[in-house]
Amino acid sequence: MPAYEEIFEKVQSTLVDALGVDEEEVSRESTLQGDLGAESIDFLDIVFRLERNFGIKIPRGELFPENLVADPEWIADGRLTSKGVSELKARLPFADLSKFEADPDVEKMGDLYTVDMLVQYVQSKVGA
Amino acid sequence: MRWIWIDKFTEFRSGQFARAIKNLTLAEEHLHDHFPGYPVMPASLIIEGLAQTGGILVGEAGGFTEKVVLAKIPRAEFFGVACAGDQLIYEVTLTDLRSEGAVVDAKAFLGGDLLADCEIVFAHLDNTRANQIFGPKNFVFTQQLLGVLDLAKAQQRAKELDGAPVDGEVNGEPPTATPAPTP
Repeated sequence: MPAYEEIFEKVQSTLVDALGVDEEEVSRESTLQGDLGAESIDFLDIVFRLERNFGIKIPRGELFPENLVADPEWIADGRLTSKGVSELKARLPFADLSKFEADPDVEKMGDLYTVDMLVQYVQSKVGA
Repeated sequence: MRWIWIDKFTEFRSGQFARAIKNLTLAEEHLHDHFPGYPVMPASLIIEGLAQTGGILVGEAGGFTEKVVLAKIPRAEFFGVACAGDQLIYEVTLTDLRSEGAVVDAKAFLGGDLLADCEIVFAHLDNTRANQIFGPKNFVFTQQLLGVLDLAKAQQRAKELDGAPVDGEVNGEPPTATPAPTP
């Protein structure tokens, strides 16, 4: 199975091509939307490139689920309820929710999409 | 003005490849503004022509059931200019197709030389949401735009019936294929 660093470097160059960012801007912790300026349509482009660059198949919604909050009852006062957080964990198994859990503000959900999440996901696919 | 930036398909292989031509003439208003005394085809309209060629290729692959919209141009390089009197050849290869959208490799040639090299990403509009906003009518593939493909098919049928050699394939049918009955 390829090492984390090897996959990271390929994910890094994938994001350089997809988002027009510099290599140095792409770190493990970078958030796709906040730090790298990805917009919703870029997610589709990223999926295409990851499939091509790693020779993997990414089923629709597996990496970037549609309607992250499927049930409005998961939100109360602009924050995810504990039920919502556990559902989110199930839908984004490769995201690191440790910080988010402390302050589950729905506005911050976009920060869960990080470079590290992509690497973890790809690692699970190429190692499968 | 009609928003059709290709004149004719000369080859169409379903789900794989399309070639279209675009003739530039001084009858086109925009060439007089871009630029006065130096009529050059705007790069953006070359991209539009490539996107229309690619959009129809992508749409046809799905039986025109999807609303295919240009989502992103990750890369576009130009190596020259095309002027009034020139004929551009657009060649588009479908590189990826999935339920959410597609990617094409699109090239424009002038006199056999590469003029533009682009990558274009198309998205399939979410039918549930798009229908709420735009209605069920497919506003992307209007009859006007699809008429370009229909014309190529009709010309190929006519040539086949005459027994004349055919330029290329249309809709994946080999040049020697038996013509389909006209509906």
